[in-house]
Formats: sequence, C-alpha cells, structure tokens
Amino acid sequence: MTEVATQSKKGETKPKNEKPKAVLRDDYEHPMEIYLRIERFPHIWCATCGIGTVLTAFISGLEKSKLDIEKVTVVSGIGCTGRTAGYLRLDSFHTTHGRAIPFATGLALGNPKLKVVVISGDGDLTAIGGNHFIHAARRNLDLTIICVNNFNYAMTGGQAGPTTPMEAIASTAPYGCYEYPFNLPFLAESSGAVFVARWTALHIRRLTNTIAEALLKPGFSFIEVICPCATLYARRNRLGDGLDLMRFYHDNAIIKHGANTREVDIEYQKQIIVGKFVDIDKPTFLQQRDRFLKNKLGNQFIPYKEPVS
Amino acid sequence: MKADPVGVAKGSYFMDGDHACAEGAIAAGCRFFAGYPITPSTEIAERIAERFPKVGGMFIQMEDELASMAAIIGAAWTGTKTMTVTSGPGFSLMMENIGLAVMMETPCVVVDVQRGGPSTGLPTLTGQADMMQARWGSHGDYELIALSPNSSQECFDLIITAFNLAEQWRVPVLFMMDECVGHMTEKVVIPDAYEITITPRKFYRGKKKDFKPYKFNGHTKIAPMVKAGDGYFFHITGLTHDERGYPLINAEAQQTNVQHLVDKINKNVDKISIVEEDNITDADVIVVSYGISSRVALKAVEFARKNGIKVGTLRLVTVWPFPEKRIKQLASQVKAFIIPEINMGQISLEIERCAAGQAPTILVPHAGGWVHDPKDIFQAIEEAVA
Repeated sequence: MTEVATQSKKGETKPKNEKPKAVLRDDYEHPMEIYLRIERFPHIWCATCGIGTVLTAFISGLEKSKLDIEKVTVVSGIGCTGRTAGYLRLDSFHTTHGRAIPFATGLALGNPKLKVVVISGDGDLTAIGGNHFIHAARRNLDLTIICVNNFNYAMTGGQAGPTTPMEAIASTAPYGCYEYPFNLPFLAESSGAVFVARWTALHIRRLTNTIAEALLKPGFSFIEVICPCATLYARRNRLGDGLDLMRFYHDNAIIKHGANTREVDIEYQKQIIVGKFVDIDKPTFLQQRDRFLKNKLGNQFIPYKEPVS
Repeated sequence: MKADPVGVAKGSYFMDGDHACAEGAIAAGCRFFAGYPITPSTEIAERIAERFPKVGGMFIQMEDELASMAAIIGAAWTGTKTMTVTSGPGFSLMMENIGLAVMMETPCVVVDVQRGGPSTGLPTLTGQADMMQARWGSHGDYELIALSPNSSQECFDLIITAFNLAEQWRVPVLFMMDECVGHMTEKVVIPDAYEITITPRKFYRGKKKDFKPYKFNGHTKIAPMVKAGDGYFFHITGLTHDERGYPLINAEAQQTNVQHLVDKINKNVDKISIVEEDNITDADVIVVSYGISSRVALKAVEFARKNGIKVGTLRLVTVWPFPEKRIKQLASQVKAFIIPEINMGQISLEIERCAAGQAPTILVPHAGGWVHDPKDIFQAIEEAVA
C-alpha cells in the first residue's frame, strides 16, 4: 500500500514507510497521555498480556496518591515487565537483570525526597534479584515494589522460574516443573516488608487502590500482581487465551485481607488468595539511620542532603 | 571549582593508601558510598563509614558487589558523586554494572585494591593481575579510564583526579590500587580545600522539553546531565539507545551508540592520559611500570645507572586509555622496554602491540604475593643492553 502511495501523484503522497500513527494525531487525547511516552508506542507486549493492565493501574494509583510526579521515579530490571519504565513519562530507568532494587536503592538514598518505585517481573526480582529483594526488605528501604508474576520467563520464551507452580509446563520444564515455587508475600513479609498485598490483573480497581496506598506508605511495600501470559505460559499449559485466564482469576481468586502469608502459596490451577496481607508501621532505613546517628554523634552528625543543581 | 572544606581533613598524616584514598574521595566531594567488605580494600569502606556521617555523606553496606555497583549508578543520577571499592573477586561481580555505567554514561569511581588471583587467590597479598580485566572485563565494546597510584600521597591526590575525570567524560573511572599501595603507610599531606580543584557535575540548563541525556554528534562535547526529580521525565536504559535515551534495536543505532562510547575516550587520549617520565631523552632502555612495581623498579634503575647503563623510566599514572602514541614514539629510539608487573604479562602485551616490532619488550613477570626482587629487574635491563 505504501509503495503505491509513494508512486502516486507528487505533493500528496506520504513518505515511504510512514505508518499512520493514530495516537500522534493532534486531535487525539488519551486520558493517560501525560504519563506515557506515546511516541514509543506501539509497546512490545502481546495481546491479552496483563502488564498493560498493571501499567494502567499504576498510573491511576499514582494519580490517586496525589504525589508530585516530578518526584516519582520508576526503575525496572530486564524482562517483559522490565519494559514498563520505558513507557512511563516519569524519570525512569531500565537497568540490568535483577539489579532494579539496588539501582533504586541508590536513587532513594541519593535523593530522599524521591518516591522510588520498582516495577519488574517475578524472575527479575526474585530469582536473579532475590538477594537484593530480601535485603531491601530487611533494611525497610523506602521503596514500592510492584512484582508482575506471570509464572515464567516470558521475554526469553517461557522458561521455568522461581514462581512456576509445580506441574506447570515451561520450555525448560518440558515435563512439568518439579521445583517448589516461592510464596512471594511470605518471602516479603518474613524479610521485613511493612506492606504486602497481592491481586490479579483482573482486580483493577482494587489493585489501583492498593498501589495508591503503597505509594504513600513509608518503607518497603510489596505488591504481587498475578498476570496472564497467554503467549507462553497459558499456551504451553493449554489454559486458553488471556480471557480464559481472566475467567480463571474470576472464579478462583479469593479475597482474604489480613491472611497469614504462610498460607497464600499458589498451586497449579488452584485458588489464588488475594488481598492486603500486611500493613504495619516501622521506621524506614533513613529514619532509623538519622535517628541513630544523631543519637550517637550529637552535633557532629551532619544529615545527608540531596545535591542541588 | 574548589573543594568543600567540610570534607578536607587538612594536615600531615602517617597514613596507609586505603585511608588516604578514602580521604581523597571525601575531599573530591564524594558523598555517596555503597560497598561490600573485601580484603584488602575494606579499610577504605571503614574509613568512609566513620567519616561520612560527619561530612553529610551517605554510606550503605550492600548485600554484595553487584548491588554496590548498581547503587552507585542509581545514586549518581541524583546528582551526587559516588564511589565503591573492592578487590578481585568483587571486581568480577561489578563488571556487569560497570558496563551499565558505561552505557548510561554515568560518572562514578570504582576502586580495585588488587590482590593475587585467580578466584579467591591471595586475599591478603598483592597482585596487579586485574589490569586487563579493568580494560575488557565487562562484555561488549567500550572504553573507560583507569588510574594506578603508587603511594599513599598519590592515593589521596589521584582519586581526586579520578572523580574529576569521571565528571568530565561521563564515564566510570577505575582506580587500580594494589595491596601494597593500599596497606603501605607513608606520609600524606592533605592540603587546604582551596588548593584542591574539583570538576563539578555539568548540569543541563536549557528548556525542559529539549533535554536529551546523550549527545552522539561529536566526541568533544559531552552532554550535560540532569538529576532525577527535577521534572525532566527522562529515560535511560542499558539497551542500545538514541540521544533521547530510548531503546533502538538495530545495527545503525548500535554503530552510532558504540562509536560514541569508544570515541569520547579514544579521541581524547591526549587530554586524559597522564604518564610520568624520567631520563627518557638519551635512554637505551626504558622501564615501563605502574603501581607498586614502579617503586620497586626504581632500585633496579638506580643500580643500573650506577653501572653506566642509560635507563629511563615511564610510569603509567593512567593505564587506560593507553598512551599508544607515546609508546610508539619511544619505541623508535630505544633498544628495549622492560616491563616489571605483578602478573604473568598484561600491560607488557600492550607495550608490545604499540612498539610494533620497533623495540623488543621484555616482561619481568611475578605471579603475585610479593613484589619483585629489584635484582630480577636489573638483570633484565642488563640483558637488554648486552
């Protein structure tokens, strides 16, 4: 089509290869446009992938929190969810595999006025980045972690990971996964997180509210979002398409606020317990540090101040 | 710009290289440190942990070296000057994110107090075998800057240069100490703050909407930076990217991006490189060395001169980028280069490459654990002129 157009009458033709970009039309306004790098669209996510839903919930949650968006920074690692940072019109960092949390630690401590959010996948945050995850929680760093859990490494073609349920098939578990998976809310709580919640990509309204709440919560907050991966996880396991997975969440997600995180394991195609599990108060790393050093050093202590440009 | 007096502990001290390095970093304006303990670099972290709360710095001991390196890059984007320190095994772990710092063009300083390797090797004893790792350790093509001090005083002075170069070229700067330099205690004079010159972060001052984190159209202009939280809504990535910082996954973008990373250092070697030369003009042989080996070599050089041999010395203060042009020039006028180093031959290969057959290069290797016997170096000099 474009070829033909190029060859037709001069003056009215469009340059070769230029695709119509609906989102860039002057008259077009997406309600979330100011938060998105529309110029980078179309995004890389598959149809019926849940990450876009999480992105929408994040933007709505951010609006709801009424935080100054200039002071909100998003860090992602590597993987499908790792691309989230690249689509958000905020100060955003796409880092190395597994290192989103330590990179975010540098940002959060380098400028304590920032609200630093890590949005990344289950493999990135809890396999290669597992050590950073537990230590950031232990320190109660002021970070909000949104972990999109699609039960597999989707970017690289659907390999098994630390959250793949037993029995589920993955490209590196062709006969089914026989490892015990992580129970992420339990991992987060036992490592020291002050706020722990889980939703599925179906629970948009609840997820949005929880994100707003987590953004305003000082300390290490953790939200796990169970997400459909129709292209790989669902296809290999013959679970249908994205809509079927949403139906599954609808029928099998049980809301249990305050549930004991010990008991929220996810088994293959069984019930998924969701809700806000943990919400406690405890001084953050910085509060603890400043109070402690002030106490020990008295007037000798000079609090850290972010640099001015 | 002159140093902030708050961080300058003016006075004369009897101090080891590790502590001098810590003091130099504080004087240079470093206010963010993330690290993980490892012999023989730990004393730097300890000194920083003690001093930072009193100078308004932020110290954090991370869970490993992967995290330490990632944290200092993140912190650098808040506008602060950052550093981490380590030794061989930790240096290996840092390679991943040293590549990220290169790709994101993030100024930061990484200190490697070298010990014997490979693997756990000789935790408490010296080595200089990470020199090629400093150059090539992270995957992909890139260039960076590496310095090698040879005294406690220089640990103080040169780490300030390291911070300044990092800001000037937006590049991670590696500070390649060795266990001997780190643990050797000598006199260190810390001058007044007004005598210390600091290169401040170059911040972007234009319109917010016009800001681009990178500039690929010329190796002489390094793009100014912004800080997270100032409303620029910028994006940066470890992926191959354009000047906006947006990922671009194709061969043309790769060519532009990598060419820029390489050019900004390679085409400015003359501005970056520091070498110290002595008695070069009529020398028959030149001893090329760096770090502690340069101190040991002096004894051999002195002895050779007493024996009537015309020996010059060239010390690599910056090891990377390599002073290729200078070595080429000298290769045409000398009989040989003698290279004592505490490894099985790393920088000697680089000299050999630059000499390109014009003059033989004689390596005096040492596997590590101790410094050379000056006699071995003298013997090599003697054989070269024989």
